[in-house]
Amino acid sequence: MTDPIDPVTRFTKTDFVVRKERIQSVSKILFSLMVISMIIPLLAIIAYLFYHALPSLSWEFLVEVPKKGMSEGGIWPAFVGTLYLVLISLAIAAPIGVFAAIYLNEYARDNWFNRIINLAVINLAGVPSIVHALFGLGAFVYAAQFGYSIISASLTLAIMTLPVIIASTREALASVPMTFREACWNVGATRWQTIRAIVLPNSISGILTGIILQVSRAAGETAPIMFTGAVFYKAVSRGDLFPYQLNEQCMALSMHLYTVATQVPNVKESLPYATAVVLLCSVLFVNAGAIALRVWLRNHKKW
Amino acid sequence: MNDTADSTLKNTLPQRQFLSIAMENLLELIIRLSGISAIIFVLAIFFFVFREALPIFFSDHFDLAKFLFNTQWYPTSEVNVRYGTFALTFGSISVTFLAMIIAVPFGLGSAIFISEFCGPKMKESLKIIIELLAAIPSVVWGFIGLTVMSRIIVSLTGAPVGVNLLNGGLILALMSVPIIVSISEDALKAVPDSYREAALALGATKWQIIYRVLLPSAKNGLLAAVLLGIGRAVGETMAVLMATGHAVQIPHGPLDSVRTLTANIAAELGEASAGSDHYHVLFLTGILLFIITFAVNLTADLVIRGIRRK
Amino acid sequence: MTPPEKTIEIENLRLAYGVKEVIHSVTFDIYRNEIFGIIGPSQSGKTSLLRCLNRTIDFVSNATVSGTIRVDGADISRIKDIYALRRKIGMVAPLPVGLPLSIYDNVAFAPRSVGLTKKDDLDEIVERCLKQAALWDEVKDRLGTLGTALSGGQQQRLTIARALSHQPQILCLDEFSIAIDPVTTMRIEDVLKELRNDITIILVTNLTQQARRLADRTMFLCNGDCIELDSTENIFSDNPQYAKTYEYVNGIFG
Repeated sequence: MTDPIDPVTRFTKTDFVVRKERIQSVSKILFSLMVISMIIPLLAIIAYLFYHALPSLSWEFLVEVPKKGMSEGGIWPAFVGTLYLVLISLAIAAPIGVFAAIYLNEYARDNWFNRIINLAVINLAGVPSIVHALFGLGAFVYAAQFGYSIISASLTLAIMTLPVIIASTREALASVPMTFREACWNVGATRWQTIRAIVLPNSISGILTGIILQVSRAAGETAPIMFTGAVFYKAVSRGDLFPYQLNEQCMALSMHLYTVATQVPNVKESLPYATAVVLLCSVLFVNAGAIALRVWLRNHKKW
Repeated sequence: MNDTADSTLKNTLPQRQFLSIAMENLLELIIRLSGISAIIFVLAIFFFVFREALPIFFSDHFDLAKFLFNTQWYPTSEVNVRYGTFALTFGSISVTFLAMIIAVPFGLGSAIFISEFCGPKMKESLKIIIELLAAIPSVVWGFIGLTVMSRIIVSLTGAPVGVNLLNGGLILALMSVPIIVSISEDALKAVPDSYREAALALGATKWQIIYRVLLPSAKNGLLAAVLLGIGRAVGETMAVLMATGHAVQIPHGPLDSVRTLTANIAAELGEASAGSDHYHVLFLTGILLFIITFAVNLTADLVIRGIRRK
Repeated sequence: MTPPEKTIEIENLRLAYGVKEVIHSVTFDIYRNEIFGIIGPSQSGKTSLLRCLNRTIDFVSNATVSGTIRVDGADISRIKDIYALRRKIGMVAPLPVGLPLSIYDNVAFAPRSVGLTKKDDLDEIVERCLKQAALWDEVKDRLGTLGTALSGGQQQRLTIARALSHQPQILCLDEFSIAIDPVTTMRIEDVLKELRNDITIILVTNLTQQARRLADRTMFLCNGDCIELDSTENIFSDNPQYAKTYEYVNGIFG
């Protein structure tokens, strides 16, 4: 036995400590393996999609219209349709969402009524996309008699993405320190003056980030537009930027991918892959933009 | 007394213009209305879906008990129409269950790694990757299931078709991992650093801190993360529609094809003519889904709220 | 000698957050053009009292106020234009808050919010307020820089300038010196002594000596009760009315 007071042996590792440290390093390796096993296969899958898409990918593919019963050609009508749906739904959802978030964060007191609003927002975020589709069909297509149209589909998408905007805007608003608001109230500014002069200018980038995320979510959704306004095929001239009326149906990228992948016979092999890659890239591009904006915002904070 | 100074103080500032006050009141009204809109939309969803479902209760072929517990789904049969959704419900449950078996350990493990083991740079980039993963549209996931995953499954297991329960489970797992990771990471972040420091001061290793300090104190947040993951998996439509195959049956193993409640609506709504029993019963399935996800999300919210109150 | 004119009268003021009452029935008056000191240990309701005065307590959702507060004879719970009330009362928070606007905009914020837009008027207000807050000389060449970029002491004086910009008749300072150095504190104290000629000052502080230096009358608030209110001289003498006051003032507790 060693002398317990000997300063050298006092800090050597006991067996217990050695075992403890071994568990520590094993656990670290285990957890990092978990992360790697999640990310690597995904990157591989995405690379696989790209590899198969390559024969079709070109500028021509983007601006060309589908040909031969959609088994060849490009994706222009679908691309423009998605653009229409996203922008119109954005124009509806963004103001309502931002105002609703302002209400919840700046005006609402902590009472039962506002707890119900909060619950409604959470619930709205959790409603499955196919239920939104049923709602859009029942409410906009039939009850409001908009028919199968861009406007029905956009309204459905807008309601579906509303909670995304509300949640991210609230987060942005909540990040403005309370002391700023109190300072404004103390000099006799009204709530709205405070929001207008201090809260909004200091959270606008965060709000924009949320709105951009809405764009990417709306662009990828299929189920809600499938039964409200998206159509398998619509004849459109090549490169036409304004091919649709608001009361018409349109093609959409996500819907087009579903169609060419499952419904159309004898499709050129690389076509669905290329469609998937275009959709994926558009969504990831928009998201990356949002992330870049957020990073920029964090580095340019004024306080 | 300095009364003259007093009155000048009072009068140098003008009163606000009537117009600007009126504008402000109008804006506040709009803001309040938007706040209430969330409630209106949720009620509207329930109302309109239920309105389309209602006529089915007056149909001769319909029985609520059979709707819930019968496995026979023959909505278009000429002779004997049967609307039993149990096989579909079971399909939803089995796919979700399989997805969670994979996603929960991986999600929690990744969250622990991100929050406890890596440096700030690494953490930032991993979180960005997770965020991008969460952004991949469900139809792209479905396409991956249909092409890549099904080929892998066929070549590994020798199953006749690659689109089946296992495929759907794997795809759903990949889809729900990001949401589980980001919410559990939040929950772990919410554990005060003082707990970690106190444990470190007592000579605990990282692993001991995780096992004995973090997991117990963050367990509600982690539970909420799992619940929200389940909510997402149950409600997912396009990915399971494309990846699980199209057989309405109770699966006997992971290589059997199944169909879920969501995929069933997506697959059949286009064929059901408006106003028919088939059409109404699909809306009723929507109500069933609405109630299931409502219950799951409500529970998750109560769990999260419980943490905040503490 | 005529009795001094009352500017604020507080009667039976009670304040509760949820079920927890933090101010128990306080009654006192504040006279025009005096410096009124409020001392007391932390958590005794000093800040809450100030928030009742300009009704920013309305923003705290679970607060219930009872009793009456009259400012220049008007019951503030019945006032319709509470924003005018808040402009009448300047408020300086414990920690300096430079709004993320330029220095000029910080001071011009309140006048602008009532619709004053003429450049000349604003320039004049900004210059006067910054001078009154002893900040003008340091910032007059860089009025366009961000208020948040100033040092803590400068920001606190900016806060005071902002509180003066809406020409209040009452100025409340809530522990204004806890975040700034002694030299700046002394400068601000000199400013306050000058301001006394024009306005009433309510000085909440937990530095008892600061109240002793500045205040005409001092109130000792402890756990939501007004223990003692008397001239500063009496409070800080060797035999105030209550032993508790003596103990607090001399550092035996609190």
